[in-house]
Amino acid sequence: MLAMVIDDSRAMRSILRRIVVELGFDVVEAADGQEALDKMSAGEVPDLALVDWNMPVRDGLSFVTEVRANKEWRGVTLMMVTTEGEHAQIVRALAAGAHEYVIKPFTPDAIMDKLQILGLVGVPA
Amino acid sequence: MTTTSIAPRTTADHHFETIGQFVESRSAILCPPDKRYLFEARLRPVMRDHGIADIAELATKLKGAGSLVLGEAVIEAMTTNETSWFRDIHPFEAMRTGVFPDLIEARAATRKLSVWSAACSTGQELYSLAMMLDLQFPELQRWNVSFHGTDISNEVLAQAKAAKYSALEVNRGLPAQYLARYMERDGSHYVVAESLRRQATFAKLNFIAPWPPMARFDVVLCRNVLIYFDMDVRVRIVRKIRDVLAPGGYLILGSSETSLGSVEGFTRTVFGRTTVYRKEQR
Repeated sequence: MLAMVIDDSRAMRSILRRIVVELGFDVVEAADGQEALDKMSAGEVPDLALVDWNMPVRDGLSFVTEVRANKEWRGVTLMMVTTEGEHAQIVRALAAGAHEYVIKPFTPDAIMDKLQILGLVGVPA
Repeated sequence: MTTTSIAPRTTADHHFETIGQFVESRSAILCPPDKRYLFEARLRPVMRDHGIADIAELATKLKGAGSLVLGEAVIEAMTTNETSWFRDIHPFEAMRTGVFPDLIEARAATRKLSVWSAACSTGQELYSLAMMLDLQFPELQRWNVSFHGTDISNEVLAQAKAAKYSALEVNRGLPAQYLARYMERDGSHYVVAESLRRQATFAKLNFIAPWPPMARFDVVLCRNVLIYFDMDVRVRIVRKIRDVLAPGGYLILGSSETSLGSVEGFTRTVFGRTTVYRKEQR
């Protein structure tokens, strides 16, 4: 399975990359929402996108909205990974079509927990 | 005239910064200076176990080669004590698909359900279940549903009662739709909605001391705690739980504790991937 890590911080991309690689994903990175959309339009459509909210060029919420508007990308699971922890923001992201939400800071276990909820990572019996 | 004083950075600050950068790069956990007291408390046992005299030595060793075991211990120290929401997922699925549909039918006359989270820690198990029942079984909003949590630690009980969790804690397994629906922001923390909090009570309980008189429960969750006791003590505790379970009520143990269900008076039932124990009707 392919995960796309979308964050303008290279350090955060590196942290997230390491976590999802350990969970068995291949990884492609993008530094903002527009770069992510461009890569998807060029054929790199991930099974999972980990999406920061505040990024230059195109932010995470706009990215989520664009992905949800495209029927061909219906299969992409969208998980916000962001410092935006206000209740209203969480509701906005879910309404726009995000499936899950992780608030920074987080532990690697938190990413695994959420991917288990989404059925993308198995849960031990 | 207003003056602002900035405390000079000490050598210790520098060492904490080094350790903080290490933890952050390995775990994504941020270690801001204002959390240094927490940081120190958690690192103290690691330093003792590794024969490390002070924070300077720890910082030096983490920077050096061959610090894998020490590095893991530091990360572990910074991340343990976080119990997760909907822990293990499967038992909650068993409750959603099997246990509660059965109990809702069986208790339709009294419209009363009582749940005991027997080693509730900071409350995530109890509130996870409260949220799930509210969302999945809206008819229960017209029932008298109560949740009782017990633990041996006053510290964890205080947090369970306050129902207040950090972002780090909320991230551990609480689905976003539950976060949006049942959590309210309080500064940098999140608090469980009052409608659920008022259904919950908490009390201190030591399993191996005499138990106070208890109400009858329809469901008892006692997961991943009996493993810390000898087998004869475990059996004794399961018998005591049986005595406070209502006939037809369910005991849910941890997945590695299934052999305890052989205690008399229970019928094993499997829902999905989870074995639960139903107290026989008598």
